[in-house]
Amino acid sequence: MTPSTGRTSWPALVVVVGLAALAPLVLTDFFVSVILTKSLWLGIAAASLIFLSAYGGMVSLAQVGIYGVAGMAFANLVAADGGSAAEWAPWPATVAAIVIAVAVGLVFGAIAARSVGIYFLMITLAFSVLVFYFFSQVTQLSGFGGVNNVDLPSLVGEPGQDPVPLYYTTLVVAVLVFVALRYASRTAFGLALQGLRDEPARMRALGFNVTRHRILAFGLAAFVAALAGVLSVWYNRRITPGSINLAQTIDVLIIAVVGGLYRLEGAWVGALTYALIDNYSREWTPTVGNVLGPERFNTILGVVFLVIVLLSPGGLVGLWERGRELFDKRRRGPPGSVATPAPAGATGDAPN
Amino acid sequence: MPAKTAAPDTTDRPPRAGWSARRIALAAVSAVIVVWLAIKASEDLRQFVVVSLNGITLAALFFVVASGFTLIFGLMRVVNMAHGSLYLLGGYLALEMQDAWFKDETGLGLSLTGSGTEYDLLGWVVPLILATLIIGVVGVIVQQVFLRWNQGQDLRQALITIALSVIFADQMLAAFGGISKDIKAPTDWPESISLPGDVRFGFFRGVVVLGAAVLIGLGLWWLMTRTRFGKIVRAGVDDRDMVSALGINVQLVFAAAFFLGALLAGLGGVLGGTMIALGPGEDTSFLLNSLIVVIIGGMGSLGGAAIGALALGLVDAYADVYLVFGGTDLTNYSILVTFGLLVVVLAVRPLGLFGRPA
Repeated sequence: MTPSTGRTSWPALVVVVGLAALAPLVLTDFFVSVILTKSLWLGIAAASLIFLSAYGGMVSLAQVGIYGVAGMAFANLVAADGGSAAEWAPWPATVAAIVIAVAVGLVFGAIAARSVGIYFLMITLAFSVLVFYFFSQVTQLSGFGGVNNVDLPSLVGEPGQDPVPLYYTTLVVAVLVFVALRYASRTAFGLALQGLRDEPARMRALGFNVTRHRILAFGLAAFVAALAGVLSVWYNRRITPGSINLAQTIDVLIIAVVGGLYRLEGAWVGALTYALIDNYSREWTPTVGNVLGPERFNTILGVVFLVIVLLSPGGLVGLWERGRELFDKRRRGPPGSVATPAPAGATGDAPN
Repeated sequence: MPAKTAAPDTTDRPPRAGWSARRIALAAVSAVIVVWLAIKASEDLRQFVVVSLNGITLAALFFVVASGFTLIFGLMRVVNMAHGSLYLLGGYLALEMQDAWFKDETGLGLSLTGSGTEYDLLGWVVPLILATLIIGVVGVIVQQVFLRWNQGQDLRQALITIALSVIFADQMLAAFGGISKDIKAPTDWPESISLPGDVRFGFFRGVVVLGAAVLIGLGLWWLMTRTRFGKIVRAGVDDRDMVSALGINVQLVFAAAFFLGALLAGLGGVLGGTMIALGPGEDTSFLLNSLIVVIIGGMGSLGGAAIGALALGLVDAYADVYLVFGGTDLTNYSILVTFGLLVVVLAVRPLGLFGRPA
């Protein structure tokens, strides 16, 4: 199970980013804002999860908790309705929010990093839900109806009237995150991280401090999650405890799994799928009594998630890769001994 | 650069050092907590007793729910993320049955509860038994359809149960609405009981829930240590392959354990639905509680679940009331204390108090 140490396909990246950059010229403002911008920041959040899972073997559900901390910190530091409204300028507030979130992330990492596999998943899930309960209880920070009308940096202008500046900002951040995480995975740090994922005992014998390495990786992912948190506030202009609850935690997990837990680009594939289902499923969903209907978005999402997990543990990206493999095999005739291993599957555990 | 500290990992036991800095810090923290509670207790003993009872009864409910969670995990390494959904579904089913079959209109609405409806003992016990059994069967169906064929892929199984919990939550919202409801205890049960020292405490909470938890705890203990089934389960926790190699039908044991685990979630739902309330979000809340209980107590250990539930229940109860320092009321930060509990336990024992490496 060695996911994606392969080369970044630069031409593909350039084409995709080029198309994305041209999108506002062709598509409506609504589509750019509600589908594309949203998928981009959700994708960043999912990318932080996928990074930890693909390279570190840690499926962390704390990412929404961390991005909630970043979002709440930002919303409280700038001028806004509700919360503590400290009225800082947006840029210092952005930096401070990210620093706070990374600090919280490092603390979470320090506690969770000694656990592996399913224990890690449960502990981080508990963290995320604790962050939600914290902000629901502490109304001094979250206001009674959330923190609204958050002040934004002039760079993104007024997303309500013209979503394009925010779209480009988010696009640039997303591309930087993708490139940086890909780069990080091929540095000595990233290679050691993958070593820890596969053979922690051997890495320890080689002299690596396993726990500290995991904590640092968690901190890097927390930084990415914090970016997503701040962008989510820029996008929504508000943040409520309800937007960082268990449902959102699961949504980001769904995005990561649907895209594919083993490839970074899966984050954005999953996020786009999610945003499209989110928006258009309501229009074509038939109403079947109480069970199915436009209101029942979460049922549809849950079923899609279930089907993906049941059929293709590698997510949509894994499905595509498997299809390409089949195609290649047929073209080349009977496969040699170099059969590529099937997508690692969700067997995140070492055989007991 | 060699790792200087014997890098603590889940695979090796924590070093049994003497008075390390960590232990001194822990001792200091616990001393502060004990002194703080003692001061509060001496200020108002009656309140202290009530708060403690609140914590213990809450712990009883947590234990009922979490024991099912830990039982399933211990044997099968399945983290059933739909456990909270089973809890809530159990409560709702009992509520529906009670409403549909046992609503006994007294006509003039003159009864003391003011609602005008009375429920006899059967009106509570029958829904309890039926809903509990149904949830057990639902659990077995989930296990047979979704989890049986991918045994050992624990992450994938967790994801599957998460997907199920999303669907369950949405469907329950559609079927039962978003308003909090509760199951009515039998009308002829007393509202509260008197304890020495002029303390009054809720009858249902203090007697029924606590009694049920103790009975369940003893029953599970008996089942696990005194029966053939328990023997097989304990052997299966240690070495599944060996058990099946000895000719025991492990699949049957798995199904039985899942039945029992889900049943406990459903039972918890009926108790919790009577003691607290049922509504969207309760599934999350009880999933979190079960998670914390087993993270503290150690996955797969019943004794750990009891200790973990007690710790969580008491910490919740005390933090909700006693987090007042002079004029500053910090009670709405109480969740941080729960977090602190988790941190302290994991810092000392990464696998929980009674956890053992898989």
